[in-house]
Amino acid sequence: MRSEAPGTGLTPYFSGNLPGRHRAARIWRGVFQLATILGMVVLALLLYTVINKSFGLVAIDNKINPETLAVNGVPIEALDKDSLVSIVQNNVSQGKFRQLEREKPMAERSRDEVYGMVIEDVVQPKDIIGTWTLVDSITRGAEITAQVQREHPNAVIKFTSWIDPQFVSSPQSSDPLKAGVRTAILGSLLTIAITILVAFPIGLGAAIYLEEYARENTLNRLIQTNITNLAGVPSIIYGMLGLAIFVRALEPLTSGAIFGVTDATTANGRTILSAGLTLALLVLPVLIINGQEAIRAVPNSLRQASYGLGATQWQTIWHHVLPSAIPGILTGTILAISRAIGETAPLVVIGASTYITFDPNGPFAKFTTLPIQIYQWTSRPQGEFRNIAAAAILVLLVLLLTLNATAIFMRSRYSSK
Amino acid sequence: MHTDMTVQSIAKETATIDLRRRFHLGETLIRSFLFFCGAFSIFTTVGIVYELGKEALLFFRNPEVNLLGFFTGTKWQPHTGMFGILPLVNATLITTTIAMLIAFPLGLAVAIYMSEYARPKARRVLKPVLEILAGIPTVVYGYFALTFMTPLLRSIFGKDVVDIYNMASGGLVMGILILPLITSMSEDALAAVPHALREAAYGLGATKLETAVKVVLPAAISGLAAAFIVGISRAIGETMIVAIAVGAGPNFTFNPFKGAETMTGHIVRISGGDLSYDSIDYDSLFAIGLLLFFITFGLNLVSQRIVRRFREVYE
Repeated sequence: MRSEAPGTGLTPYFSGNLPGRHRAARIWRGVFQLATILGMVVLALLLYTVINKSFGLVAIDNKINPETLAVNGVPIEALDKDSLVSIVQNNVSQGKFRQLEREKPMAERSRDEVYGMVIEDVVQPKDIIGTWTLVDSITRGAEITAQVQREHPNAVIKFTSWIDPQFVSSPQSSDPLKAGVRTAILGSLLTIAITILVAFPIGLGAAIYLEEYARENTLNRLIQTNITNLAGVPSIIYGMLGLAIFVRALEPLTSGAIFGVTDATTANGRTILSAGLTLALLVLPVLIINGQEAIRAVPNSLRQASYGLGATQWQTIWHHVLPSAIPGILTGTILAISRAIGETAPLVVIGASTYITFDPNGPFAKFTTLPIQIYQWTSRPQGEFRNIAAAAILVLLVLLLTLNATAIFMRSRYSSK
Repeated sequence: MHTDMTVQSIAKETATIDLRRRFHLGETLIRSFLFFCGAFSIFTTVGIVYELGKEALLFFRNPEVNLLGFFTGTKWQPHTGMFGILPLVNATLITTTIAMLIAFPLGLAVAIYMSEYARPKARRVLKPVLEILAGIPTVVYGYFALTFMTPLLRSIFGKDVVDIYNMASGGLVMGILILPLITSMSEDALAAVPHALREAAYGLGATKLETAVKVVLPAAISGLAAAFIVGISRAIGETMIVAIAVGAGPNFTFNPFKGAETMTGHIVRISGGDLSYDSIDYDSLFAIGLLLFFITFGLNLVSQRIVRRFREVYE
């Protein structure tokens, strides 16, 4: 405010300061730009971390060296059936042995069958000695191979893609080399289907009510404020609500007992139905807010023209407002759904099962979902589970990217009209 | 309906027609259904407060628990009957503070760049990147924190300083998670400032920086404050990052490189295990949940108040 003093070097003040001001402007411009670039870098780093872990060298050793199984110097190829049976019995878990007995009693099996069993169930199960990231595998591949061969002469070292068709199509397993995400993908899809079926009609109805019918009064203002607030409630709170209401209070419904489903494996309401309903509550506020925006964007002249021709309010909405709002509504719905697919915390709280090897067969089945699988694998201490967690993340990201791309495509296609 | 009527017959009919609003059963039914849909959200809120409140009440009625100890105790050890929520609140505050230290300055800078500096072409690239960042599931961020951020911190500060599970790593990644939210809210606030204000500033000879910082920012301050508060609320409620990367045990410490457990992290860990209903552990989760709900709900209400005031300025 020195310029207020008349005639006292107004010009020198500005010319003296101008380069400094411009420098500050340039520096800060750089800072703002840097911050923006940082955002991009982080996204790149995130993808890099995931991809880096999804591929790479794996060193595998047989759990048991076939030579150590030899009895009194006789190698297993030459052993008789009884010795082979005792080898199987000594080296697999009791449960596994009982399972093998159930399939076909040992007494009825031929010697060659038992020999095959020894190879398959005793010798072949693999121990993972170590896994390396993609970058390490490429830059230090020879060094790693040499080191592994020095420490484990029998180990096989090979380049593995943790994500492959077999990973997507096989069920969960405690062996990271065999584990897949099939059950998790099916669980996610079934859960989301229920979420959409429940949340879409209610969400659309609420959006229509608030935009087309609701008058400006206390009750409607309360509803509106409440919806905005619910959109900000942490997802884990919805999980607790789901646990208290769907899993416990409505257990006969969500476990399928009142429909006569009495499968022992689906006990106590922690089912796909509970999960779907919980996620439906979670996405409802977002769906409503998106729907309202889409309906608000419909020009009023359309409604007035319809009323002018004598249509009732519902006829106007159904025949004129909704058809022109539907692209926006669907785009918002897809975005909300893709958020629901990635939700983990509420499903952990309502108790998704973590170890399921069979496909979920309906709304009353126990289930796991992709994000839960990722969470479980990430929490394991063994490094190789981090690798399959990364592969599962890639599957999840591809799924979400497809959904988002559809939404963005729809938005750009309809907004240009 | 009356397509084949002549003008005269319509005129004759209007003389006798009842012009009062007719009762449409279908319309009324639809209207009631839609009202039910709208009111459904109220049931959700009531359900949350009722269910959380009911179980929390059972918890506080328990002879092992007293209200004062709950809010002032520094140990959370359910098996020894010590229920002091401070370790959990403390960890939540530390991770939230770290996250906001990252997210707010960065988010604001990105928002200023996008709204004041970036050309439309650059914005067309940046917007989708931010949307992708916002769309990545939090469990992926958790993975990122554990497999990238933690090793990075450990290699910078030393392995004996930084624990494998630590609050700093979770907080930093949480900051990245909240960044897009703060950016988009701040950008909306900046974009809502009328152009006349900027032009006036340029007219007086202000540089772009001076215009942005001394004219546009103050004019958008309430929107920015709302973004700040919503960011905090989001950080407090964030669960998966802290569940994966921050630790698995309530620990009362102010050292960000140590592991601890936030309110959300504790709820997830305990409910993820085998939990029997009607045990004090189960009820205690709902007491934590209720506190969490009130904190975030309150913060959201405050931010809406601020935004409403902000709207009145320019409309």
